[in-house]
Parts: sequence; structure tokens; C-alpha cells
Amino acid sequence: MKKIMSKDMTIHLKYWKQDGPDVPGHFEEYTLDTVNEHMSFLEMLDVLNEELQLEGKDPVEFDYDCREGICGSCNLVINGQAHGPKAKVACCQLHMRNYKNGDKITIEPPRAAAFPIIKDLVVDRGAFDRIIEVGGYVSVKTGSAQEANALPVEKEKSDEAFDYATCIGCGACVAACPNASASLFTGAKLAHLNKFPQGEVERSNRAIAMVDQMKEEGFGDCSNFAECEAVCPVGISISAIAEMRRDYMKALVS
Amino acid sequence: MKLDSKAPEGPLKEKWSKHKKEMKLVAPNNKRKYEVIVVGTGLAGGAAAASMAELGYNVKSFCIQDSARRAHSIAAQGGINAAKNYPNDGDSIWRLFYDTIKGGDYRSRESNVYRLAEVANEIIDQAVAQGVPFAREYSGLLANRSFGGAQVSRTFYARGQTGQQLLLGAYQAMMRQVNEGGIEYHPRHEMLEVVIIDGKARGIITRDLVSGELKKWEADAVVLATGGYGNVFYLSTNAKNSNVTAAWRAHRKGALFANPCYVQVHPTCIPVSGDYQSKLTLMSESLRNDGRVWVPRKKGDDRHPNDIPDEERFYYLEEKYPSFGNLVPRDVASRNAKIVCDEGLGVGPTGLSVYLDFRDVIKRDGKDTVEAKYGNLFDMYENIAGENPYEQPMRIYPAVHYTMGGLWVDYNLMTNIPGLFATGEANFSDHGANRLGASALMQGLSDGYFVLPATIGNYLADVKPGTRYGTDHDAFVSAEKEAQDNIDKLLNINGKRTIVDFHRTLGKIVWDNIGIARNEEDLKKAIKEIQELREEFWTNVYVPGEKNNYNKYLEFAGRVADFFELAELMAKDALERKESCGCHLREEYQSEEGEAIRNDEEFSYVAAWEFKGVNGELQEELHKENLEFEFVELKQRSYK
Repeated sequence: MKKIMSKDMTIHLKYWKQDGPDVPGHFEEYTLDTVNEHMSFLEMLDVLNEELQLEGKDPVEFDYDCREGICGSCNLVINGQAHGPKAKVACCQLHMRNYKNGDKITIEPPRAAAFPIIKDLVVDRGAFDRIIEVGGYVSVKTGSAQEANALPVEKEKSDEAFDYATCIGCGACVAACPNASASLFTGAKLAHLNKFPQGEVERSNRAIAMVDQMKEEGFGDCSNFAECEAVCPVGISISAIAEMRRDYMKALVS
Repeated sequence: MKLDSKAPEGPLKEKWSKHKKEMKLVAPNNKRKYEVIVVGTGLAGGAAAASMAELGYNVKSFCIQDSARRAHSIAAQGGINAAKNYPNDGDSIWRLFYDTIKGGDYRSRESNVYRLAEVANEIIDQAVAQGVPFAREYSGLLANRSFGGAQVSRTFYARGQTGQQLLLGAYQAMMRQVNEGGIEYHPRHEMLEVVIIDGKARGIITRDLVSGELKKWEADAVVLATGGYGNVFYLSTNAKNSNVTAAWRAHRKGALFANPCYVQVHPTCIPVSGDYQSKLTLMSESLRNDGRVWVPRKKGDDRHPNDIPDEERFYYLEEKYPSFGNLVPRDVASRNAKIVCDEGLGVGPTGLSVYLDFRDVIKRDGKDTVEAKYGNLFDMYENIAGENPYEQPMRIYPAVHYTMGGLWVDYNLMTNIPGLFATGEANFSDHGANRLGASALMQGLSDGYFVLPATIGNYLADVKPGTRYGTDHDAFVSAEKEAQDNIDKLLNINGKRTIVDFHRTLGKIVWDNIGIARNEEDLKKAIKEIQELREEFWTNVYVPGEKNNYNKYLEFAGRVADFFELAELMAKDALERKESCGCHLREEYQSEEGEAIRNDEEFSYVAAWEFKGVNGELQEELHKENLEFEFVELKQRSYK
């Protein structure tokens, strides 16, 4: 194989280390001088961890899985920005060509009371599962569905539903929100299901259950900062939140 | 050991309905007395957990990720097949069945494959009812497209994220059952052992990946829906956490592992750029509907691709396979990419890639149309490769994508261990030696929503309700000890080489010798190299951190250890199969034109391996399940 010739960069890293939810954490620093522009951000962290291990030091833990921007496992806050500087990508799809030689990068976990730290950059996002649990679905049992084409759905509506359904559940919206609100996450699921006739039946109950659960989990309320939309790796619009509030109010008075 | 497929007798069309009629049932009031463990929450596991809980069983669901929504099914892009025949282009259940069994190069069971084709229509109904946003026509009705290797348009899709949308549907159905109390949900738990009592699967041992604690769980049946083993190659399109551990530990306890050498290499992935590379990214093969694959005719032609005129471009798939062209099945497309690159015609900085060009379709349909169809894929490509595919061809190369082999199961999806079931990619059942595009989602959901929930009742009906041995039973205690000993052993080696370094080295041996093309000499060499490297692993690996804490590297160490054993079995299986079929190309068995030569007389069987121990060398005994074809005539595949 011919080698790709591209110059290595030196990157100064500062990353969060914390042993568990109840112990104080701190930053550690390391300088990597073999960073390549084709590496993804997480591949750079792999290289960091290889070096740390070879020096007998403790590697830094972070969540990841698919590394192609769809599973929503990764959720690093990079220089204060959820998923880093590039719009509409998860940090596993952020490539080092977005940085230059000598850059300083600070890496933190998403910080929110509802996302307790497990270790280092890994947090517990079980709260998102519990929001879905109370109503983020159409209550249809396996086997009881009607013929798929029996109910036409306007293409526009279906496409719009997709735009909300594409949420990857990473939690960047929570990390970016000054109130640590999960409104974009919750609103996106409501907006997705509301667009379909199949979702209409449970619309009101769903809105009340999910919004109440969001509060229960300790997420804050929305104050329209729109930071969530700015960092969302799949570009979900905050119109989801407006819709959620309308539905919630309507459901309360109906 | 006699392998009984339990495939029902009778006409193909009536097998599944007859079987459903004849299977034993569990009465509704008895269902709640049964505990079922489901390991894995992808399409097969999530759908099964939800559907069985809806039926009234007590389900315990486990996954290694932080949420059930993250299983690797989520990354499937292209679509899901079903013979709805909405486009009126001549499709039928028979045709879907036939295409699938032919695509698998006649190395799967007729009965299973027909059932898959039959059940597929119900999956689409189910998904639509859940609110899965499939692509629609302006009429408001569902849209279809043609997909890799099919001459009808039977693929349903949700942009390039069909797997995500179907998985979220299954996940949401699962979460509903968590809320209703039908599912006890355990994310961040890894299964390390199956517990067997009196020859039956009765539970599992897990490691809580947050606290490190080992836990014992008892149940009346255990379902493994733990996906495929593509990560044995280190670089693959699989998610980083995908692994063979659950299936392999079951294999070590007696479950047969079938056809491990059948590995699918996907033709359209973004090429490797360097050693730090941690995974490969797939570009949906739907791109081959409109993109044209080519390399320069002249070796070492380093002109910009846009400057190479048509007559100097070698559109090798269109030339060699005029009737299928760029839509030949995955194995044919992958093999041909390797051939042209081996001949020195490959492009890009490494010489290990070919062009996939959209120039002509952009000219014909306009950029907007192309963007509407493939926009997200084009963006993804540009982001990773740093080149704009609207302006110059993509560069692609094959990468390991799917494993057809897996735990041996009968028609009821039960392994040879009573009470132990395997579904989805974790079993070997439906794709033979090669899987067609848009069929993985179909199989995962067919197993999960419709097949397993029916067949598991047939097994449970014979288990006395409320049978409990208790987790203090010797079998639980010794299985827990085995898991503990393995962890302690790994942590105490304290060697000099990192886990990733071992895994990368193993992956290269497997890719070079048990990859797109295999031959006897290389396979024998690979077995030796794997054994030597495994020996070094167990004396020189460095596993950082502690066992009673979150420790990703410890998780990986255990998985890499299992990959070492699996790799050797893959080589053995590939060596044993002296024919070329589907994705398994033995260089000794091909025509002068380089086409695969199948040997139906001697190799029309499922190779099911029984674990006998590891002593420097992996000991395995081969059992054969003969494949009988009553309904289709075996033909040499031809896509010319």
C-alpha cells in the first residue's frame, strides 16, 4: 500500500477525568504530535489512549459505537461546543482537518443534572429512555397492523415526520442548553408521531406524559435560546418545541 | 450428532401455516409464569422482546450499549425488501424467495427462506402502523426502489436511514413494554456465559459494565440476538462494540456454529486512509442504481478522473455483466473491485479504490434529483473523504459488512441446545453463502416480530411452568466462576502490547487470508499465524484499569480473545469447503474467466462445528446438515 503523505499535527489536549458520579473530577493534559488530518476526532482519542497505555497511564473513557454519526453514543463537548465546531455532524464524524497544527482542545462530558457522570466523559442518559417509555410510541401490538397502504399519508407530512424522527438521541441539545432542557429531544419525538394519522389517537396523552417525565428527570424548561438547534448533529428544528408546547397546553385544557 | 432442521413436510407455500397450526401453544394465563431472556436489542432482539412481552411472557432484555436504541441495526442505510408488488412489476413471494435462495448460492434451507419471504409483507404493515416514516409517493402511498441484484422494485426505504427508523420502531415498542412491566430492561450489561442445566439453557451470567459486578439471571429460555462477527476483521463497517462474545461463549458451551467462513464484503465503502483507522464507513449500495463503477484502462493513469475521457475508462461491471451491469450482487462487485486493483488499475493515494461516478445521472436527472435521493450519503462522503461527489467521482473499496454464518438453528430458530434460541445476524439461517441487499432488516424483523414469538411457545409448552433451580445452583456458580476467572486472567497478564494492537494484527491476518478470496496455502498459513498471535496475546497483552469499574478496555480484551478462537474456526471452515459459493471464493475452484465454481454434489450442506477445546490449536468437530432442494432447480449463478 502506498502511504498517504500528509503532515502530522501537534494538538494540545485537556480532558476531563472523573472516577464516578460522587467523586470530584479534574482536567488532565496531554500533547499529541502524530495527529493526521484524515483522523476522526474519536480516532485521535484512540491514539491518545494507546499512548497513555504504553506509558502505563489510565486511558480516558468516552462513549462511542457506530462511528458514522447515527447511533448517538458519542456526545463530547469540545471547546465548550457539543460535538465540536462543525455544524450538523456528531463528533465521531468530526475530522481533524477542521483543526490546525498547535491547536488547544478541551474535552468535557455533556454537563446536566439529569445526565450523571459514570466515568470521565461517559454519562448516564437513561433519562432519555424513560421519556420514551411513558409515551414515545404508537401503541400497536405486533400482528394487529392493517395493510400498509390502507392509509395514505401526504408525502410532505411524511417527509416532515422524518425530519423529526431522525433524532439520534445523543443529548447534545441538553448539553448546549443553558437550562439543560430536553425539550428538543422530547419535542422531536412528539412532532414525528403527530404527523401520522397513526399517531393522532394518543396525541394528547403522549404530550402530557412525555413532558411531565422530562420535568421529573430534572431537565430544565425551554427559554428559547435555540442553542439546541445550533448543535443538533441531524439539524432538528426548534419548531418541534413550539409544537410540543401547543400540544401540552391544549391537552391540559381539553 | 444428527442435525434435524425440523423443517415441516409438505408444499413450500403451506409449510409455515401448517407449522403454526401444529405448534403447541402456551395458554394466556400460563404465559406470565415464564421468564425469557433476550440478549441484544437490535432489530431481532428488540422486536422479539417487545412482541413476547405483548404476548404476556416476562422478558428480561440486555444490551451492551447505554440504550436499546443504539444497536448496530441502526446503521443500515438502504432498505427492507418485501414482495408487496405495489409497483406491479411482476414481484411475488415466490420471486422474493427465489431471488434470496439463488442470491445465497443455494446454501440455505428452502423452508426458512420461503417463510422469510412470506412474513416480509407483515413487517411493512407493522412498521407503518408504528409510525416509521417510509418514503412515499405524491399519492401518499409507499414508494419502492430497486436494490442491489434485484430486477424488481421491492425495497421500502426511509431516506438513507431505513435501519434507524425500523430500529426506533422496535425500540419504542420495547419501551412501551418496559412501561407496562412486561420487560425488565438492563442496558450496559454484557452476557459472558450461558447457564445450562440438565442439557437445557436456563440462564446467563452478565457483567454490569458500569459497576463491573457479575450477575446471575435465571429463565426458562434464552434468546441470543447479538448480531454478527464482522469485527473479527478489526476494520469493518460494524459498530465498534459489535462482537461475537455471546455467540462464541454459547458455542464453547455446546451450541454449534454454522458456516463461519461465509462473510459478506460490501462493495461500496469509503477506502482506508491510514493505520489509525478504527472503522470503515459504508455508502449504501443504492448508489449503484445511478452511479457507474470504473477504473482507468491504463495502469498508473494519474490524471484527475474528470480529465479521463470515456474511451479510456474501464466500466468493468458493465462490460463483464451486460444484463446486470453495476447492479450485480455484492460478492461479484467486491471481487471484481479486488481484481482490478490487484491488476494495478486501482485509484487514489493507496491504489486500493475504484471510482463510483455520478456524472451521467447528474447530467440526465439534474443535481436536485440526485440530491433528493442521495443527499445525506453525498454529505457523509464529503465529510469523511474531503472530496465533493457532485463534482468528481467517489472512491470506493470493499469492506467486511455482514456475516451470514452464525449459531446453527433449526426451523424454530432454536440451537442444538434446547431452550437456547438465536435470531437475526447471530444465527446462520436464511442467507446461505451470500445475503442480498435489503434482506438483513427483513430477516431481523421477521425473526423478532413473527417467527420467534410463535416458535418459542412450542418449546415453552413442554417446560413445566414455574420451574426454578435458583441461581445458587452449581451450574450458575460455576459459570460465574468461569467468567470471573477469565476477567482475572486478562487483568493479570500485564504485558507490553495493547489490545488494539493485537486486534489490528489479527484483523489483517483474517482480511488477507480469509477475506474476498481464499486458497489452501494462505488458509493454512493463517491458522498458524492466528495460533501464534493468540499465544502471544495470552502472555503479552496489556489490559489497563480495574474490574470493579467502568472499563471499556477490559470489555474489549474479552471480545478480542473470543475473536482469536473464531478466526481459527473461520479458516478451518474455509479450508474444509473445497468449492466456491456465494461470498466464499476458493481460488482453486474458479473457471478460467474467474467465475466461481460450486460443487453441489459434495458441498450442498451446512457446516456446523462443535467446540471440543483449545490446546494451542482449536479443536472442533464438523457436523453436516444436508441441504435438500425440492422446489428450486440448482443453477450456476450467472449475472452476465
